[in-house]
Amino acid sequence: MELKLILLFMVFGAVIAVKIEDLLSSVIAVGAVGLGLSMAFLVLKAPDLAITQLVVEILCLIILIRATINKDLPLIKDGRWFFNTVATLLFIASFLMFAYFALLELPDFGKPIMRVAGSYIANGLAKTGAANIVASIILDFRGYDTLGEATVLFTAVIGVLAIIRKVGRIKK
Amino acid sequence: MKKSDKGMTLIVKTITRLTVGLILLYGIYIVLHGHISPGGGFAGGVIIALSFIHLMLAFGKEFALKKLSQAAASLLENLGALMFLGIALAGLTGGYFFLNFFINKGKPFTLFSAGIIPLCNIAICLKVGAGLFAIFAALILFDSSQENK
Amino acid sequence: MTEYILCLALFCIGLYCVLRKRNIIKIIIGLGIMEYAVNLFFVLVGYKTGGRAPILAKDQVVSNMVDPIPQALVLTSIVIGLAVTALIVAIAIRLFERYGTFDITKIRRLKG
Repeated sequence: MELKLILLFMVFGAVIAVKIEDLLSSVIAVGAVGLGLSMAFLVLKAPDLAITQLVVEILCLIILIRATINKDLPLIKDGRWFFNTVATLLFIASFLMFAYFALLELPDFGKPIMRVAGSYIANGLAKTGAANIVASIILDFRGYDTLGEATVLFTAVIGVLAIIRKVGRIKK
Repeated sequence: MKKSDKGMTLIVKTITRLTVGLILLYGIYIVLHGHISPGGGFAGGVIIALSFIHLMLAFGKEFALKKLSQAAASLLENLGALMFLGIALAGLTGGYFFLNFFINKGKPFTLFSAGIIPLCNIAICLKVGAGLFAIFAALILFDSSQENK
Repeated sequence: MTEYILCLALFCIGLYCVLRKRNIIKIIIGLGIMEYAVNLFFVLVGYKTGGRAPILAKDQVVSNMVDPIPQALVLTSIVIGLAVTALIVAIAIRLFERYGTFDITKIRRLKG
């Protein structure tokens, strides 16, 4: 029950973040959605994810506020109202049609298929010695995933430093 | 008066001086206990980066960059990536990539246990923390360089 | 089933925001909302009714736990999402410095 309430809170927060005109209020509303997601992770029995989502949300909020503050922005109107809305609604409708067929195939909520996870839970402590099963999965059983993640993070940092830098730009 | 122009007011500075060490200590605790309790390298790295960002927001950018300059942050990030790759390659001595190569993994549910997992946590913490701090410092420095023009 | 439908509604709101709005900051917000919805969906699929968090305690026998594999995948995905958001914000700040606006149609018009 409390999970549904938290999800409803997140949906309302997202609607406010999309609909409000002021950019700073919009950023703060999306921060509220992220904190709701952190609570939802806690209810879904994922404490690692709750801690990570909480601190990442704070940092994301600081970066987004940094991007929007101190810029006196003019109000941007959404032009071509009719055509844009119809195209968007058509796209969402086609997406929902695929989502309907996908939802028919899913297992019911609360009854996952744990074919691989069963052996991880049964042998995790004996094979790695770590009490936290999530840590033993991301760093031992599926270490390649984490290596790829480290590569993506490295690429993102290099990208930001290359976009932001001042020296070395060619001026015509 | 000139000194207080940089950063925020006196109240914020005093509170920051009291709390920033505790935040850093909490991040280190989260990283080191990642294999026996919730947490781990990702969350701990972000908390450590947040402690330096806290310093930067409260005291101005020069003060924080004196503690950890941008070049040092890039160096630490590369060090974390190389350490993670080195741990993964060291498994090749016993057979395959990412082998948990310690024979004696220690007693479970204690701090020194689980073989390579705490070492990997420390490597990831260095990588995530230093990388995010480098990103944030670059964004801040860019904004202030625009005002000078 | 209600949980899946609410999660889908969250994704659709993000999709609407990305497709319909013309402000770059709004588009970044829409991408963030879609990312939240996808992470939430992964964890919802792995939830087991009455299950426990996947952390072993010292002298207790494990009977039923939630699925730990989606949690491990989402844990890496959250941090990647933050780095990608920072990259998009950097590009947006560069565009603002060049064109003086966040409106994507004006940016396209000034190009050629």
